[in-house]
Amino acid sequence: MEKEKKDRSRQYLNPYLGGVLLGLVLIAANFVAGRGLGASGAVKSVVVAANMVVAPAHVKNNAFYAETVKQHPNPLKNWLVFEMVGVLVGGFLSGSLWGRLKLKVEHSPKITSRKRLIMAGTGGILFGFGSQLGRGCTSGSALSGMAVLSLGGFITMAAIFGTAFALAYFFRKNWI
Amino acid sequence: MGPLVVNEIISENTNLLLAFIIGIGFGFVLESSGFSSSRKLAGVFYGYDTVVLKVFFTAAITAMLGMLFLSLFGWLNLDLVYVNPTYLTSAIIGGIVMGAGFIIGGFCPGTSFAGASIGKIDAMVFIGGLFIGVIIFSEGYPLWDGLYMAAFKGSPKLSESLGLSDGIAALLVILAAIGMFYVAEWAEKKFPREEY
Repeated sequence: MEKEKKDRSRQYLNPYLGGVLLGLVLIAANFVAGRGLGASGAVKSVVVAANMVVAPAHVKNNAFYAETVKQHPNPLKNWLVFEMVGVLVGGFLSGSLWGRLKLKVEHSPKITSRKRLIMAGTGGILFGFGSQLGRGCTSGSALSGMAVLSLGGFITMAAIFGTAFALAYFFRKNWI
Repeated sequence: MGPLVVNEIISENTNLLLAFIIGIGFGFVLESSGFSSSRKLAGVFYGYDTVVLKVFFTAAITAMLGMLFLSLFGWLNLDLVYVNPTYLTSAIIGGIVMGAGFIIGGFCPGTSFAGASIGKIDAMVFIGGLFIGVIIFSEGYPLWDGLYMAAFKGSPKLSESLGLSDGIAALLVILAAIGMFYVAEWAEKKFPREEY
């Protein structure tokens, strides 16, 4: 029984089927809203909204915040924020269906949990910074951009995956 | 007909409700494809698990082809669909920084939310990092706004820059994707790992 449960939690969708389903979700986003999926934009919205509460004068003075507020006077009433709340719900539903709900730090047996968390935090900082510079992350810039044949989408995709491949050797002990 | 909100067929609030529902679909597919696991995601860079490449490119070509067909049927006006603008410098440098974040952190923003939703603590820490990274970019904006705005090219499509029709460009992307799927299947046989 225990073994059966463990096996079920390691079952995943066929990747090509998963890809077709993800493609259909992306079509739905474009059909409904005229825009693709995204993730980092929601983080930016939360940062701007928090700043409007804590330091409203600062928001006016900072060109980057001011531009965001100009486009979205209420940054939390934003398509990507609602979509990302949905992602948390959808991920939780899938995880509960497959018996994968568990609080844990996932890492290679060759590194400690502490090291994994430091790497995760560092990677997050880089990704957060890069997603703002690149005007969107793997979802918003690369995937959604490619789907509408945006040249920038293909360039960002190549830069993300190319860099990760190029650096993979140096970080191999974290993963294999 | 589409995009529904741009053509004012649905209201702004309905659009946000649908964003939530589309997000549920997004999160469900990410999690059930295994994108909640950093060790599965990082597998593509070592060849032992190429799920990222397969799902990512299958999704891209499905959406690309699906939208071209919807446009052909007159159900979706592609002229009203947002095409990401191209700022050459920031697209490349931003991508390089994100690529480093990917191999170090093991997630990208969307997948980290999928991981956090099922209790992965490393994913939650990654999300904390995302917030810090966004704050660093915003607070230091005057330092890199030149870089951010450099080499603006408008919103060109791959097809336009290659001087091809959308359909032929899409066909080339599909052929490239099929080539990568072959490499991915080969890599998984060449660099197998039992447990991870």
